Amino acid sequence: MMTDFFLLPILPEIFLALVSMGLLIVGVQGGNKSTDVVCWASIVALIITIMLLLGMSWERQTILNGMFVVDEFGGFIKLLVLLGLIISISLSVHSIHQDNMARFEFPVLILLAGLGMMLMVSAHNLLMLYMALELQSLSLYVLAAFRRNSLKSAEAGAKYFILGALSSGLLLFGISLVYGFTGSIDFAVIAEALKVTGPANIGVIFGMVFILAGLAFKISAVPFHMWTPDVYQGAPTSVTALFAIVPKIAAMAMVIRLLHEPFAAISEQSGQIIIFLSFASMAVGAFAALSQDNIKRLMAYSSIGNMGYILIGVAAGSAEGIGASILYMSIYLAMTGGAFAFIMCMRRDGMPIEKISDLSGLSQTNPWLAYAMAILMFSMSGIPPLAGFFGKMMVFKAAIAANLYTLAIFGILTSVVAAYYYLRIIKVMFFDEPSEPLDRDFPFSRRAILFIAIIFLLGFTIKPNLLVTGAYQAASGLFSG
Amino acid sequence: MIDFPLLTLMTFLPTVGALMIIFFINGKPEDVAINSRYMALFTSLFTLAFGVFLYMRFDPSSPEFQFVEKSDWFKSLGISYHMGVDGISLFFVLLSIALTPLCILASWESIQTRVREYMVAFLLLETLMIGTFLALDTVLFYVFFEGVLIPMFLIIGIWGGKRRVYSSYKFFLYTLLGSVLMLLALLALFIQVGTTSIPDLILNPVARDMQMVLWLAFFASFAVKMPMWPVHTWLPDAHVEAPTAGSVILAGVLLKMGGYGFLRFSMPMLPEATEYFAPMVFWLSVIAIVYTSLIALVQEDIKKLIAYSSVAHMGFVTLGLFTMTTQGIEGGIFQMLSHGLISAALFLCVGVLYDRLHTREISRYGGLVNNMPRYATLFMIFMLGSVGLPGTSGFVGEFLALAGAFQVNTTVAFCAASGLVLGATYMLMLYRRVIFGSQIHDDAAQMPDLNIREFGILLPLAILVIWLGIFPTTIMNTIAPSVDKLITHYETSLEKAKTAEQDTNKKNKAAEEKQP
Repeated sequence: MMTDFFLLPILPEIFLALVSMGLLIVGVQGGNKSTDVVCWASIVALIITIMLLLGMSWERQTILNGMFVVDEFGGFIKLLVLLGLIISISLSVHSIHQDNMARFEFPVLILLAGLGMMLMVSAHNLLMLYMALELQSLSLYVLAAFRRNSLKSAEAGAKYFILGALSSGLLLFGISLVYGFTGSIDFAVIAEALKVTGPANIGVIFGMVFILAGLAFKISAVPFHMWTPDVYQGAPTSVTALFAIVPKIAAMAMVIRLLHEPFAAISEQSGQIIIFLSFASMAVGAFAALSQDNIKRLMAYSSIGNMGYILIGVAAGSAEGIGASILYMSIYLAMTGGAFAFIMCMRRDGMPIEKISDLSGLSQTNPWLAYAMAILMFSMSGIPPLAGFFGKMMVFKAAIAANLYTLAIFGILTSVVAAYYYLRIIKVMFFDEPSEPLDRDFPFSRRAILFIAIIFLLGFTIKPNLLVTGAYQAASGLFSG
Repeated sequence: MIDFPLLTLMTFLPTVGALMIIFFINGKPEDVAINSRYMALFTSLFTLAFGVFLYMRFDPSSPEFQFVEKSDWFKSLGISYHMGVDGISLFFVLLSIALTPLCILASWESIQTRVREYMVAFLLLETLMIGTFLALDTVLFYVFFEGVLIPMFLIIGIWGGKRRVYSSYKFFLYTLLGSVLMLLALLALFIQVGTTSIPDLILNPVARDMQMVLWLAFFASFAVKMPMWPVHTWLPDAHVEAPTAGSVILAGVLLKMGGYGFLRFSMPMLPEATEYFAPMVFWLSVIAIVYTSLIALVQEDIKKLIAYSSVAHMGFVTLGLFTMTTQGIEGGIFQMLSHGLISAALFLCVGVLYDRLHTREISRYGGLVNNMPRYATLFMIFMLGSVGLPGTSGFVGEFLALAGAFQVNTTVAFCAASGLVLGATYMLMLYRRVIFGSQIHDDAAQMPDLNIREFGILLPLAILVIWLGIFPTTIMNTIAPSVDKLITHYETSLEKAKTAEQDTNKKNKAAEEKQP
């Protein structure tokens, strides 16, 4: 076999890798004083990566002997990932100083995690998938424990690492099963092999189940969600923002690609698993959040629930369903980014506060902030005319079109339950008597992200076409290949 | 006709006003409050002017949608921004537009905290209400219909009474639960028929089994909104705790969205299911009329009493609508409009008392005719309208609805008519205990009569109630073509369905005979 060494399609990833190593050198040279420089430089690097990504062709092609695939689906998801990374780094710029963890490794680790995610989205080979996933996960384990002197943060890191290692083991075991029963780790070869045998190949089905279980851990789908609330609560808030947005999107993209490329022939079997994960995630996301008083834990359950809704679209299996899921992820990115920008504004006398009851009467002490959060919460609970509603509507539509009536009805009922706890935040901010105001020195980056998120949520209703078309095209790219 | 998008302008003018209040009114708190009030009032009056213009340019002889606007919205999915008005929706729009300035005037003095936000909420609410009645695309309709929850939740929760938090939650979650089921039904229709345009959906009915399921999903939403027995329990709570203007909009407009939904969705789109479920609706309506009237009899809280009377009056509406006769449907629509005026006025009357004494207990008042003669007179007009006295608008609606019901089912009509007697009993009792009798309480005896602002709010409503009672044709002539079209469409689709069924039966029989 001739060595395939055409690297142009992988240019954004190569650029990101080089930049993160370069920034590491800068950091080592300059010590912790250079943290701010490294932060801003990494944001600039991410913006350049976005430009490179937008500049290149998204035509479907595989390179490096089928290890790496470029297509519209991957391109769109990478765009979301990069945007998520920019959001989380710009949210961190100030808070790493406030939390006494201003070390130059912080942005570099985020870049490396981002690199892992981008490679993962484009993986076209099970080992490539595993390596990319580990690059991402190892960076994230360190980030979770980044506040070394905080007990909670260290605990979060340890928990995340142990359970993460377990899930990696499951994934690897699944990969070895698939390899053993199909003789290949290349997506295209596996797909061909399964076309011949179909679901009769029990070994592959077992392998697929293990792989999905490993990935379900990464998207924190129930029953693999147990780490989520603890890690979200323990990790520094800027890291939690990262966790809530980017790895979820990347891992979900991986699930989608696996289901539609190598395992397309056993979609009936994989569909059952996805439907179950979706049911369970929506139920736990809605009911377990009802009694939470810590806003970060609440966001953890909320993200579990949201993964359930995204999985509805995945379960539908059609191009429309995948498109709806991608659209939902884009809207989820904006809502979660905005919500974490708000949570990071929650400081009183320089100390972060996390209890929902601490927000009481916020609408009178910090009205703009309160209204922004109210818009985010109404959007998350899926009330029109905000963007969150359209995300939900599209996945439910796809589910009905695929005859998944029970899933759609169950999903819509849990969304009503979930509305209760989103409303509770609004109730505390608007209906309760005011307590002390929050610190007012919000850094520019948080305000900007909150502002952009709100404009997006309101503006999507007026001009939805660009995003909707992009998402649906990305999905159809997955089906044409 | 006219070459500018009248409906869009009318719908979004209040939003523009709200944005102006948010971004351009600054300064000292007192100035902000006063400027916000005036800004909101002028915006709503401008919108009213648009509404009057719309009424004058509307062609009452045509049953078709007029002033139609259509442009792409979700291009790849075929969902469009589609607005239009016909004889049925016209008056609901006018009702929303007319009540909003009255509400803003009614809150002029009683709302003193966070005035700016209050006015913004009301203007946004107005946009959403108008949009609900004008939307001709199911998704667009749903966006407006459900969006109403946001400002209403805040209005009840921030400016409401003691149990405001409980009531606002109950209102929000109850109606949300109903509406999300409707969303699924709308999506299912979208997938079955392949369009979200309401006129197209009306022309392409789905299969009978599908209709049954979808009808129930729509019913879940509209019955809660209406509200029908037994899903009415959110209404008394929401009404009692909401500020006066909130109750006015709730009773005056939001309840009508349920009835409008039946007229726009259930009846034309799902005719076979409507025919099948009509008896159930009749009996639910009768229970609502009798049961809630009995509950109203024992209420000690004025607002609660009127809230329960609303449920009873809405019972006449559903009764009339589902008879599918000309009288019944026209009566139902008329009753909704008349109830929109009368209940709004009654809540405003309660608000007048509440502003003075800060209690809604019936027993804290008495003998008001001595110190508040003007109030007593206006209150009497509205009370008699609610009872359904001939000469007021309340009579026309109830009479027509019952006349329609009588043609379809005499037992139901008989039982429902007993509600008229009960209605007269509780309203007259309320009036006697509040207005007549001896003046036991000194503070109640000291209350001043209506001031000019309050008089100015109530007088136009009183005039309309009597005008519509004497000249109901003002409204009826405009509604009639659209209602006729609805009934003709309903009957032809039923006939089509029956012949289709007979054909298949014949074919089946023939097939059976061939294979002995």
